[in-house]
Amino acid sequence: MWGIIRQRIVSRGGNPAAILNRSLERIPVLPAVYASRSYSSAAKEMTVRDALNSALDEEMSADPKVFIMGEEVGEYQGAYKISKGLLDKYGPDRVRDTPITEAGFAGIGVGAAYYGLKPVVEFMTFNFSMQAIDHIINSAAKSNYMSAGQISVPIVFRGPNGAAAGVGAQHSQCYAAWFGSCPGLKVLAPYSSEDARGLLKAAIRDPDPVVFLENELLYGESFPVSAEALDSSFCLPIGKAKIEREGKDVTITAFSKMVGYALQAAEILAKEGLSAEVINLRSIRPLDRSTINASVRKTNRLVTLEEGFPQHGVGAEICASILEESFEYLDAPVERIAGADVPMPYAANLERMAVPQVEDIVRAAKRACHRSVPIAATA
Amino acid sequence: MEMFYGAMQYREPGVLLWRGFTLQEFANQCFGNKFDNGKGRQMPIHYGSTKHNYFTVASTVGTQIPHAVGAAYALKMEERDACTVTYFGDGGTSTGDFHAALNFAAVMEVPVIFICRNNGWAISTPSADQFRSDGIVVRGQAYGVHSIRVDGNDALAMYNAVNEARTMAIGEQKPILIEALTYRAGHHSTSDDSTKYRPGDEIEWWRMAQDPVTRFRKWIEMKGWWSAEAESEFRSSVRKQVLNAIQVAEKVEKPPIKELFTDVYDFPPPNLCEQEASLREAIRRHPQDYPPDFLM
Repeated sequence: MWGIIRQRIVSRGGNPAAILNRSLERIPVLPAVYASRSYSSAAKEMTVRDALNSALDEEMSADPKVFIMGEEVGEYQGAYKISKGLLDKYGPDRVRDTPITEAGFAGIGVGAAYYGLKPVVEFMTFNFSMQAIDHIINSAAKSNYMSAGQISVPIVFRGPNGAAAGVGAQHSQCYAAWFGSCPGLKVLAPYSSEDARGLLKAAIRDPDPVVFLENELLYGESFPVSAEALDSSFCLPIGKAKIEREGKDVTITAFSKMVGYALQAAEILAKEGLSAEVINLRSIRPLDRSTINASVRKTNRLVTLEEGFPQHGVGAEICASILEESFEYLDAPVERIAGADVPMPYAANLERMAVPQVEDIVRAAKRACHRSVPIAATA
Repeated sequence: MEMFYGAMQYREPGVLLWRGFTLQEFANQCFGNKFDNGKGRQMPIHYGSTKHNYFTVASTVGTQIPHAVGAAYALKMEERDACTVTYFGDGGTSTGDFHAALNFAAVMEVPVIFICRNNGWAISTPSADQFRSDGIVVRGQAYGVHSIRVDGNDALAMYNAVNEARTMAIGEQKPILIEALTYRAGHHSTSDDSTKYRPGDEIEWWRMAQDPVTRFRKWIEMKGWWSAEAESEFRSSVRKQVLNAIQVAEKVEKPPIKELFTDVYDFPPPNLCEQEASLREAIRRHPQDYPPDFLM
C-alpha cells in the first residue's frame, strides 16, 4: 500500500526529470557503506552480494538510463538483497517492482531497451527465465541481426543460476549451456567479488543483450578486492577467461561456484604431486577458446567442470573446441565432469550426489594423468 | 512533428507508408535485395525503419505488445510529448504477452495506445473459437485500461478515436485500448485459401457492403472533394507505381555474401571468418551449384 502511494507521489508531480538531473550530478558513490570497513592498506574483503550491489549503484549513478526491474527488487530490497538500498536512493521510477510475469517484464524491458533505456532485469532465479525465454532470444538476442543493425538492445538479464541448497528440481537448473548456444547473446558467469563487480559493470555498459548468471551460494562469500577493483570505473573485458591458478600437468576449466571447488581440488592434487591449472571461464559466450587451448597445449590434459546437465553442456563445447584446435596436443581423453543426468532431487544426501564434489574433480584429474595412486616425488 | 513509436504486427504497412516509407523500399524488403534496409534478413512484410520510429516487425505473435509498453515507460521517464502505439489482431489477444502488457501498462501508468484489429479470423480460427469474452474491449476494462470499441471500417470514427486516445495517453499518462471491429476480407496470406473454411458469400458481403475505403470514398465524393474520374486515375497511377517498384526490385541483386556474417559480432571471430572463407572457396570451385546473381 505504502509503495503504491509513494509511487504516485514521486512519479506524478512530474519529477522524473529532477531524478534524472540528480543522477547526472554524479552522486559520490559509497561502496564502503556496503563493503566491510577496513581502511588499512591490506587487501579489502567484499562479499559477492556487496560487489553486485555496488556495481549496480555505481552504474545507476553514472548513467540515468540504467534502471532495475524485477519481482521484489524495490520494497523488499531484492529477494537476495542484491538491490538493497537502491529504491531509497533512486526512487521507484528506476527501481521497479513488477507484477508476477517474467514474460511480461522481460518483454517490457526489451521494449524500453529498443527505445534506448538500459534495463537490468532481475529473474528471481534463472529457472523462471524459461517463462521469458522467447523475449530473451527472439526479441533481444536476434534483434540486431534481424534489423540489420538498426536496433540494438542494451539490456542485462541477471539473477542466480544453477543449484542452491535444498531447493529441488524446479529451482536448481543451470542455464549456461542453453543461453551459451545463441548467437546475439553474451553470457557471463562471475565467480569472485572482483568478477561480480567487473563483469556486471561491463554487462550494463554493453550495448547488446547480456545474460548474467550469478550463484545464490556465492552471494555470501567474501573475497579480497584490489583498490583498482573498487574504483567506480573498473570493468572487466567480456570474453576473457582468467587463470586462477597456474599449473603444468592438467587444465581444469570451470565457472561460477565450481571454480572454488576446482581450486580446492588443485590444492589436494598439489599435495600429491600434480600441478593443476585452473581456468575461471568468466564468459560462457563468447567462450575464451584461445586461453583454454593455450593452456591445454601446455598441460596436454583437460578436465571440464560444470554443475549443469552433461548432455550438450558447456564442457561438451570445450571438448569440441579442443578437438578442433589442439587435438595433437592431447595426451589423454578429455574428462568431463557435470551434474547427474537427472532433475535435481531434494533430500540432502541425494542432492550432494547429483552435483560434482571436490573428490570427483580430484579423481578425474588423476584419471586424465593416468594415475590412481599418489606419487612419491614431484617431477 | 509529434512523435510516436510503433510496435507493429504485420498488417500495418499503411502506417509505415503514411510515415514516409516508399513503395520502392517496401518492394526491396519483399524481395530481400541489396537495397533492403534489412539486408535480406527477414521474411517479406517484416518491415522496419528506425528513422520512421517503426520497430522491425517480428514473427512472434503478441511480443510487440509488451515492447510498446516498455518503450512507453521510457517516454514517460523522459517526459517526452509522445506515446507508443501497438497493433495486434483478435488472435494475438490470447497470448500471455497481451495479458502481461495490459496489466503492466495500467499499473505503470504509461502512454501507450493498444489498437486491436478484431477482424473475426486468426487464419482459420474464428473469434468464437478464440475467446468467449465480449470481444477485446471488456478485457481492457478488466485490467483497468480505458477502452473503446469502434467501427473499424469507418475511417472517420477511427480517426477521432485515435486522436482522442493520443490526447488522453500523453496528457494523462495512461494506456488506452481501441478495439476496431472489422472483417478480414482477404485470405490470411498468399498461402491461404480461406474459402476452405468460410462461406464465399460471407466474404463477398463484407467486401461489397463494408469496405472501409469504399465508404470513405463515397463520403468524400459526396462532399465534392473527389470524383469517379479522380478515383480511376489515382488507382491506375498507383497500380503502375507498385508494379514498377516490384519490377525494379526483382531485378536488383541480392545482398552480398558478407552480409550473412555481419551484425552478430562487431569483429568477426575466427570461426565465422573460417566459415566465410570456406563458403567463398566452395562458390569459387563450384559456380554451377550457386545462383548466377550471387553477389560476392
